[in-house]
Amino acid sequence: MTTPERAERRRAWAAVAPALLWTLAFFVVPFAMMAAMSLWQRQGREVVRVWDLSNYQDFLSKPHLLGALWNSIEITVLVTVISVVLAYPLAWIIAERVPRHLQRLALALAVLPFWTSYVVRSYAWTLVLAKNGVLNQALIGAGLIAEPLEISATRGATVTGFVHFFVMLLTLTIYANLVQLPANYRRAAADLGAGPLAVFWHVTLPLTLPGIMVGAFLTFVLCIGDYITPQILGGNSELVLPQVIMLQLGRGADLPMAAALSIVLMTVVTAAWLACARWLRLERA
Amino acid sequence: MRTILLATVAAVAASAAQAEELNALVWCDHTDPALIEPFEKAHGVKVNLKEYEGTGTALSIVEQSRPGDWDVFVIDGIDVPRAIDAGLLAPLPVAELPMADIFPEVVLEGFQSRDGNTYAVTEKFGYNTISYNKEKISAEELSEMQALWSSDEFAGRIAIYDYYLPVMGMVAMGLGKQTADIGEGDLPAIRDALFGLKKNARSVVDVVSSQTALATGEVDILVGGGEWVTAILAADQPELDWMIPDQGAVRWSQSIGVFADSERKDLAVEFVKYILSPEGQARLATSSCYWAMPANAKAGEVLTDQQKAALRWDDQPDYLKRAQLYPAPDGDLDAAMQDAWTEMLQH
Repeated sequence: MTTPERAERRRAWAAVAPALLWTLAFFVVPFAMMAAMSLWQRQGREVVRVWDLSNYQDFLSKPHLLGALWNSIEITVLVTVISVVLAYPLAWIIAERVPRHLQRLALALAVLPFWTSYVVRSYAWTLVLAKNGVLNQALIGAGLIAEPLEISATRGATVTGFVHFFVMLLTLTIYANLVQLPANYRRAAADLGAGPLAVFWHVTLPLTLPGIMVGAFLTFVLCIGDYITPQILGGNSELVLPQVIMLQLGRGADLPMAAALSIVLMTVVTAAWLACARWLRLERA
Repeated sequence: MRTILLATVAAVAASAAQAEELNALVWCDHTDPALIEPFEKAHGVKVNLKEYEGTGTALSIVEQSRPGDWDVFVIDGIDVPRAIDAGLLAPLPVAELPMADIFPEVVLEGFQSRDGNTYAVTEKFGYNTISYNKEKISAEELSEMQALWSSDEFAGRIAIYDYYLPVMGMVAMGLGKQTADIGEGDLPAIRDALFGLKKNARSVVDVVSSQTALATGEVDILVGGGEWVTAILAADQPELDWMIPDQGAVRWSQSIGVFADSERKDLAVEFVKYILSPEGQARLATSSCYWAMPANAKAGEVLTDQQKAALRWDDQPDYLKRAQLYPAPDGDLDAAMQDAWTEMLQH
């Protein structure tokens, strides 16, 4: 390696060193500590520093713990799919049908609920979905139902609260992708005889997949790690994995089991990232 | 010039005096400004309050703090021995505290004292029992506790307070067991009863949600509720009430102590004295987060008749006789009880 090349290499390392150090200090080291702690045990009220897999064995052998993982995955997949289905048309309407000078206003209105606190928004939903809440009163008033629907404290309530939040997030990522799409691609497809549906299916949708997948991955990560919405809207009718982690921390002070469950959660997120990796690359060919 | 210098020094000194702070790890009732501000004004200090739910959380917070970070500790009465074992609490100057005025039934000397030293004092108590909407259901219908988990009549009308110790204690009492005698062998029967309770329940709720669930008519019955849920709502919603079933109720209590590592012990003791004074006790009993009985009987001289009626002041001798203390499990039983509770949540 020549001297200029070595100098260039040193400059490159110097440039990335702060980011590497940051990642090392605030991700790699804490993660390693958490992984090590997940191999310890809580015995009685003491944490014993033995090294074994008993926390993971407990997780796999206790149906109520394993069930929390399945609940998390089911709810997260459901929320992600519904949010994409709702957000895409909204983003498309804003990008394609709203005049350019009004698009910023439309986006601001679409994300207006972001301005309120996440917790307050969840509690607000409890008032909407309650037995005597706004929704049931409206449906009964309109003569559509005779008895109030039991929506609150159900999985449906949790999914509703999540979808309300994540539709806004996905609208932003999909809109950002849609407005970058050169109109010439769609014109060319139309010139070649494709109808509007074929243009959408063969041109627009594939080219906006990165925006969808980025938003969907963010939705997946944020949703599967959240315990506030299931706690407030789900009414503890079932537990998701972050709630079980909080129970280990808050009730039992069982940090080793909480660490083991967190590792399980991170494994699921990593698997989701691997599944979406081809769309999540920063640089594209 | 000298005058300006002296004035500056005085201002800095005054500012330093104003800046003295007390850090307290507390339950949510202590965060009411109406309770804290009189102490802050009287002593010219700032009280920083960290609210928590569940002793496990508090101990985690303390473990992650530096020695001396915390001055005052409000803790579940039955968990005081854990804090003493961990060396967290300092002996209190009991001669300066109104020990003679504390209701004798809630003194908990066996929990709070060791080797002649008293490490915490009961400051507030109440009951985990049944809160209900008396326009929807009568107290007579709720008098038999087992019906809550065995009768379909209550399906969809119940919320369960999300704290395993009092509710499992209640269920044990409903099954004819003593809370003090609960062992691992009792857990299968308690777990089955909990599953029945969950089947009838709309939700399992925290402190705030339990009040909301009753107040909005989402449910008619709160298992694990009591005066701490309904007393604060009584003025606006007199139909919300609480009762004790035939099998009795679980009595909870919270204690206050001073951290052994506190660097402001004198001020911390002053805070304990204020909280235990009749005025402090009346404010604590009627705190905006939840109401409950003050431990100091002399608070009755400060509370209004309306407040005492909401707290059922005159019925306390009868209630105290019918209530049993929270279960106080050792570490292994505690873990098994939490596991059973988590199973119930997931059921």
